[in-house]
Amino acid sequence: MFAETVKVLHQEEVQGGYRVLALEAPRIAPGVRPGQFVHVRVPHMEHAVLRRPFSVYKADGEILQILYKDVGKGTRTMTYLRPGDRLSLIGPLGNGYPDMQANARPILIAGGYGMAALYLVARTRPVQGVAFFGGATAPDILCVDEFRGLGWDVRITTQDGSLGRKGIVTDALDIWWKEEHEGAPVEAYACGPNGMLKAVAERGMERAWTTWVSVDRNMGCGVGACLTCVLKVYDEQGDWVWKRSCKEGPVFESREIVWNEK
Amino acid sequence: MKAVKLCGMKSNGTTPPDLSVSLGRLTLKTPVMVASGTFGYGPEYADLVDLNQLGAIVVKGIASQSTRGNATPRTYETASGLINAIGLPNPGVDGFVREYMPFLRQYEVPVIVNIWGKTVEEYEDVARRFSEVDGIAGLELNVSCPNIKEGSALFGTNLDLFRRVLDAVRNATPLTLIPKLAPNVSDIKAYARAAEAAGADAISLINSMPAMAVDVKTRKPRLANVTGGLTGPAIHPIAVKLVWEAAGAVSIPVIGIGGITQTEDALEFIIVGANAVQVGTASFTHPATALEVTEGIREYLMAQGMSSVNDLVGTVELP
Repeated sequence: MFAETVKVLHQEEVQGGYRVLALEAPRIAPGVRPGQFVHVRVPHMEHAVLRRPFSVYKADGEILQILYKDVGKGTRTMTYLRPGDRLSLIGPLGNGYPDMQANARPILIAGGYGMAALYLVARTRPVQGVAFFGGATAPDILCVDEFRGLGWDVRITTQDGSLGRKGIVTDALDIWWKEEHEGAPVEAYACGPNGMLKAVAERGMERAWTTWVSVDRNMGCGVGACLTCVLKVYDEQGDWVWKRSCKEGPVFESREIVWNEK
Repeated sequence: MKAVKLCGMKSNGTTPPDLSVSLGRLTLKTPVMVASGTFGYGPEYADLVDLNQLGAIVVKGIASQSTRGNATPRTYETASGLINAIGLPNPGVDGFVREYMPFLRQYEVPVIVNIWGKTVEEYEDVARRFSEVDGIAGLELNVSCPNIKEGSALFGTNLDLFRRVLDAVRNATPLTLIPKLAPNVSDIKAYARAAEAAGADAISLINSMPAMAVDVKTRKPRLANVTGGLTGPAIHPIAVKLVWEAAGAVSIPVIGIGGITQTEDALEFIIVGANAVQVGTASFTHPATALEVTEGIREYLMAQGMSSVNDLVGTVELP
């Protein structure tokens, strides 16, 4: 973990309000593992006391890229960053995804910018499999060519049917499970909205997959001190304990998480 | 008047000013500590901050037994502030000593443990048990956390209860004892004087300010606990005023806390009478804030020709 002042190399809108921000981060970038995140101090937001967490999209040598969507004050302000601007970054943070078990068949399930957060997973698995991408509409489907370029079989679902199959991402996942999957043990990697993660986790537990989900919680310090981002996880006795998604997470195996609270 | 004036000599501009301060029997190398609840138990920030350069680490509140804390959401960011209702999750005295003291003992930095309880007996128990633990420099008495359903906040806003818990803890421990005062009282001076009368070595203030935020779309409170405590730059001027009043009422050392993000904020506290300060929420924003503020104080003293930070304490020029 480092705190580093990094330089903006470039930023561009990819599509539909999604933007890629490339940063020169010689200390942080080389150590990034798939599924980790960085904590950004957004410039020109002195009234905001918290940093903003972003999954790492790509990390190559000293350069790391973030893919984000303009959804709030922090991300709106980030759209004004220009090449040469500097910003403070802490990272790499979180546990990231573990290495894949031998002989497993990997599948990826992603919604929205979750696709970008799974790019490094796709690139580092020893074999490729099916990647299920879901979104509200065509512009929410990202990075398809890049995943295909890595050898992944990308299956697209949109709620309005503007791209790929009409429906939600688990529809395509269910069809694949029913019609195509072969005997190999499935190792699933999921990143996206919490509702999607829960739906994927339920299927994974029912179908005896190893299912890694990257949870999206409100985050404070990002380093495990403030205890904002906790979620309920089963302990060895079957009771629950709080775990910090910034430190013990954000990646958990689906059976660890207490999905049905109350 | 209340700080030990080390010497009145003017700095010659090359000798670095003396930043050490005394809190009763405890001497700190610098006046800038990190505040309870904003720095975990130390290891969380050890990669980013040289812990030995801090005046002290005040660890997150510890109770007699382990507790889980509140449901989520636990924090909400507001204009220049943060409302939190974490609810004091803690590993208990034994859990803390087992899990964190081996780590903390590797450092020279004084460890001040913030302690809390739901009853006077619990406070007493925690204080007694820590008195026997090697490597504890002092106890900060949390009588003012607004996020515990029973007990804690009441001790900080009811003068009789405040005296009772303080007397009990004072009798239970020889450690340096620092009650942390609540801001939401009608007369802060009364609490400061009560702390001094009970034998506190110093007082620290302020704790977070009770606060609330509502999501107008759902009409639900932003926090699971409904209300929380506001921290950050938004409360800094409130804290300066209360520190000024408290410092004028007692002769024991005063620790200023509340919204420090830069050197100037810390200097304000010292000028109105604080002997030392704690950096809180700003550690979330910039983990090295406490160290940068320390350096800033050093530079300010040199520019002022002051040989010791104690020379600046309580030098506010009133009209």
